[in-house]
Amino acid sequence: MMLLMAMPRVIIIGGGGTGAALAYDLSLRGIEVTLLERGELTSGTTGRHHGQLHCGARYAVQDTGIGRECMQESAILRRIAPASIEFNYGLFVAITEEDEQYCDTFLPACAACGIPTRVLKPKRALAMEPNLNPKLRLAVQVPDGSMDAWRLALQFFASARYNGADIRSFCEVVGLNLSSGGAVGTQFRVTGVRILDYRSREECNLEADLVINAAGAWSKRIARLAGIDISVSPSPGTMVAVRSRLTNMVISRLHPAGDGDIIVPQRNLSIIGSTQRLAENPDSIETPEEDVEKLQRLAAEMVPAFKDAPYHTAWSAARPLVGEASGEGLRSLSRDFSLIDHGGPDRVERFLSILGGKATTLRAMAEITADQACQQLGIQASCRTAEYPLRPARSFYSAHAQRAPASGANAGSEERIV
Amino acid sequence: MSRPTITFRVFRLRAGDPDSARFEETRLTVNKTTTVLDVLERLRGGDPTLMYRHSCHHGSCGTCTCRINGRESLACTTRVLDLDAKVVTVEPLRKLQPVGDLVVDPVDFFREYPSEWQTLRGSEWQPEASPPEDLPGFTRLENCIECGACVSACPVENFLGPAVLAGLNRERANRPGKEAQLLELAECYRGVWKCERALECSRVCPTGVYPARHIQELRKKLTQ
Repeated sequence: MMLLMAMPRVIIIGGGGTGAALAYDLSLRGIEVTLLERGELTSGTTGRHHGQLHCGARYAVQDTGIGRECMQESAILRRIAPASIEFNYGLFVAITEEDEQYCDTFLPACAACGIPTRVLKPKRALAMEPNLNPKLRLAVQVPDGSMDAWRLALQFFASARYNGADIRSFCEVVGLNLSSGGAVGTQFRVTGVRILDYRSREECNLEADLVINAAGAWSKRIARLAGIDISVSPSPGTMVAVRSRLTNMVISRLHPAGDGDIIVPQRNLSIIGSTQRLAENPDSIETPEEDVEKLQRLAAEMVPAFKDAPYHTAWSAARPLVGEASGEGLRSLSRDFSLIDHGGPDRVERFLSILGGKATTLRAMAEITADQACQQLGIQASCRTAEYPLRPARSFYSAHAQRAPASGANAGSEERIV
Repeated sequence: MSRPTITFRVFRLRAGDPDSARFEETRLTVNKTTTVLDVLERLRGGDPTLMYRHSCHHGSCGTCTCRINGRESLACTTRVLDLDAKVVTVEPLRKLQPVGDLVVDPVDFFREYPSEWQTLRGSEWQPEASPPEDLPGFTRLENCIECGACVSACPVENFLGPAVLAGLNRERANRPGKEAQLLELAECYRGVWKCERALECSRVCPTGVYPARHIQELRKKLTQ
């Protein structure tokens, strides 16, 4: 007879894309998970992102590692969450002679990342996308796509809930509970969190064997609750949407990453992004009016019809870039992620922070974090999140009624892919 | 540029305490791009207990739907000055269970909406365009963002509701093999015949689904 043992309990702080994928990953490994989000799920940065499913081409020249990872992860997401993705490929367009020359750098960089490219003559590119600037010199086709940021995250949340994860929105973590005397060499051990439930407006404690900070642009604030300083720069960017779908493919400018060089179509909208600046406080991010005009102008360089399309809305999202930077150094801050075990130099054990990253790489971030969590908890279970299709987004709200049997047959879904 | 001052009346309610219901008034300056959601964000900066739903901030997720000056609207794409009013009243949706302040529970909405119905369709934009070689055609996500505006605005009770019936009609188009089963659901006691043709659903829909048109199409099909 199998001996039933209580599984360890992990608390995840932050209900963005990273938290969603992490809750699912840990729940698939049989761990008891509670996820806490202070507002609505994905209301911080995840939901507001541009909506691009990055194949990695945008990052290929600057960082081969991220380019390669985006390629692998975007292919996995297309397989496990097709219902949240408009997969129509993307075009990098060269408008000026300088753009055209950049192609010589761009193509080998994509090849090094394993990103398939196809160079198109203007005539073929215009046949695919009639609204492109007719003066384009060439275009490069890459496997980019658009995603519904809310529904993709919700598919992860739905799958996590199906496996028994407790997903709580409107619950803010207001304290970390520490006990002195962890393992040798550490000063404290995190034993749980103190939460404020905005529904009841009451505070209570939740115990945990491990706490993971996945609060994105807010993770600095969470780490401070344990007296720890971490380097995260909330870095807002502006996006502008017009009420017309001007292209079916993602359109990027063939030049080094800069402001206003990606147009992402989604449903009946076209969205131009982005800009980049720094913010002290990720809670109060306003959208500068001058960004709006600038973005509309840059969009029109790639797709002239953008400037005449009816304005829909403009908004900002705070990227959680790892490290500290100012002004011009911002674009060079890596879009990579880093996992910190605070049991190391910070001497607070059973506390991890997962920082930075991109929406497209949420699953990979979760895998690495869950591996580390399992190692600390002494659990032998490997990652299976790339193997099963995710549950439908809508089922998040009916998941209580259709939860997986508690027998341990806790797959993400009935059928296995791959 | 002028920065007009507007009075905001925001509905407040603590879960399980109906007597706590009240409107909270605040005066704020806005500019031409300020949305109702921007205002809620600013108010929460001063009072973290203010509860509202939001995610994408551009009319794609469908979470921030409220009644703004009596009309179901997305807070994120409603620009304050476009309302052309000195006083802006923000209330939660009707028909769904209140959770607190502006938040309602979407569970009842999704109880009616089968999770397996398709979310993608062929794109009708740039119809003359030829897709990349290995794609049969361009695709896009369906118009309905499941925001609940039509359900709240509809005057009919005990009804499957405009969103589900519009979704059902789209599912017929996407999966012709399910036609008989779908029509049977459309015809049920709480189905298309309950519609009183108030057209409120089409009036408030923020993404141009026109649910009333879908209901009409279903009725026509059922009487053929």
